[in-house]
Amino acid sequence: MAKAKTETTSKATKKTLYEKLWDAHVVREAKGEPTILYIDLHLIHEVTTPQAFTGLHNRKLPVRRTDLTIATMDHSVPSANRKKLPWPDVMAQKQVEMLAKNCKKHGITLYGLDSEHQGIVHVIGPELGITQPGKTIVCGDSHTSTHGAFGALAFGIGTSEVEHVLATQCLLQNKTKTMAITVNGSLKPGVYSKDIILRIIHELGIGGGTGYTFEYRGSAIRALSMEARMSICNMSIEAGARAGIIAPDQTTIDYLEKRVKFKNDGRLQVPTMDRSAEKKQAIAKWLSWQSDEGAKFDEELIIDAATIEPMVTWGTNPGMSVGISQKIPKEENEDIKKALEYMGLKGGQMMRGQKIDYVFFGSCTNSRIEDLRIEANILKGKKIAPGVTVFAVPGSFEVKKQAEAEGLHKIFLDAGCEWREAGCSMCIGMNGDLVPSGKYCASTSNRNFIGRQGRGARTLLMSPAMAAVAAILGAVGDSRDYIKI
Amino acid sequence: MKSSQFKDLTSTLAPLMRDNVDTDQIIPARFLTATDKKGFGMRLFMDLRYEDDGFTPKPDFVLNQKKYKSAKILLAHENFGCGSSREHAPWAIIGAGFTAVIAVSFADIFKNNSAKNGLLLVELPREVIDAMHADVEKNPKEKASINLEKQTLTWKKQAHTFAINPFVKKCLMEGLDDIGYTLSFAKEIKSFENTRDQA
Repeated sequence: MAKAKTETTSKATKKTLYEKLWDAHVVREAKGEPTILYIDLHLIHEVTTPQAFTGLHNRKLPVRRTDLTIATMDHSVPSANRKKLPWPDVMAQKQVEMLAKNCKKHGITLYGLDSEHQGIVHVIGPELGITQPGKTIVCGDSHTSTHGAFGALAFGIGTSEVEHVLATQCLLQNKTKTMAITVNGSLKPGVYSKDIILRIIHELGIGGGTGYTFEYRGSAIRALSMEARMSICNMSIEAGARAGIIAPDQTTIDYLEKRVKFKNDGRLQVPTMDRSAEKKQAIAKWLSWQSDEGAKFDEELIIDAATIEPMVTWGTNPGMSVGISQKIPKEENEDIKKALEYMGLKGGQMMRGQKIDYVFFGSCTNSRIEDLRIEANILKGKKIAPGVTVFAVPGSFEVKKQAEAEGLHKIFLDAGCEWREAGCSMCIGMNGDLVPSGKYCASTSNRNFIGRQGRGARTLLMSPAMAAVAAILGAVGDSRDYIKI
Repeated sequence: MKSSQFKDLTSTLAPLMRDNVDTDQIIPARFLTATDKKGFGMRLFMDLRYEDDGFTPKPDFVLNQKKYKSAKILLAHENFGCGSSREHAPWAIIGAGFTAVIAVSFADIFKNNSAKNGLLLVELPREVIDAMHADVEKNPKEKASINLEKQTLTWKKQAHTFAINPFVKKCLMEGLDDIGYTLSFAKEIKSFENTRDQA
């Protein structure tokens, strides 16, 4: 009896980061009913909000917390010539105009196409310093898990839930199970965070994380920059997980220090904080968001970073991937057969040497400054292969500006790439940036679903370095052969 | 403001024997620029259903086959609805005349989105689903009966019990409006906000 009691106590006192984040946001909990969870930050964009605003209008309800709601335009905006009206897609233009109208009506801050903070919603949140440890963050977009890289509980929601958050600043939620994903050791040179997450999804399968929140940990995760961590958390959803979290550390604080504005004096300028008491207090609070030592996870996956090699997908979901030195599977079942047929690949072949027609540098997974630096470093002084079309699409206006200040755009342009304006672009075939049917695209994005980049398009997901190598070769290569010291 | 209720039904099944049917397949992104909830039904499984011209039906696709035309239940397989959070997916499924989907498993966000729109998702063990697929292939006229109150799906005279979140069940049966539900706790929300905003 006594022993059982001790166990209960110790279990109750040792909590995972997920449980702590959850507990700190419970508005109401009752048996048999979903928990009412408070939302600290609601990011909205043009695609998943029009019907939510209409619902709000029909209910004659206001937006409860305009101060916790931030809007931008990213999914359906063209990545070139967007100032020229009308857009080729009049519906996309109408959708974007509707967002502007709704934001104006409700008094929501909008970073529209004329704003220097416009960009992919999951790129600008961290950039603005509003993605912070300990927050609950939601957005009508499945890649909201990106923000978990800061120790926030962040997940994607549907349009009804967008309406719910606009109206109540809360969500009805049920707790997930927890999975620790421990990546020990160090990555080999030429292997990147994208390879880590592709490997994880490969091991778990794309439904393997359903019903879980992941916490990524281990020395290989700790060694990553914030940009690289975001790429990992971003793709948590590709294993089916609700969210993916990384506990904050000094890397997180260093990033936040450059971006967070203290006091409520215009959160949009991003001057450096001074060493005020307020700042010290905030840092201590941020760093406190950790899983307790010995806290129990429902599952754990352990990976040795040294065993990870550059990954590339061969199929029609992000779990269908292979290490670059491995052969892809043979047609052993109906799923593989269908995937290979769509992809025009032969079972048992190598991906190395596979011809590509397009390269896409971009998306909420890999469009941050560090990604562009990696790509530019490989492309420098080289030309892209003849016949290959390459889109380089910075994730935000700010990333674009930074890249141009560093002269990266010149490297992309000199190599023969197109240098475009911020948005989701070729990741999602809804803004005019499409891969033609039957063509292969080496893409730094997150989904290789059938038709994702355009009807009949064949997507090969890979890291920014691997995509840059593919651009030069006109075929899939190995990023480890292009390490520059 | 009530949400859509689920009504018990007896119907034939439209079988979609594929794993990991993602929401890009259910409703391709190029149709997401619409600003209302209407018209997605005709776009359901667009690229699986039509040739490249966008209007010539592919004869081998299940929704184009006469024998499955009257089906109100979609029989899927594993991890149905994975990928993007687009609620346009359940809007399209409902718009095409389905009121329930049966599968081995569903993706997380799709599950939430379906519940909010009165679309019932029934999860049954793989062997049951596999047997149903085999049965439908043999006899497309076979009908399934769903009783939400009792949480049963009856197939070939055998009743299979399915699990469902009690709150989702209540919402589906009563057409409970969850924004109204949450706002009934306005006092608790305000109190949470007062503490939160001072911190």
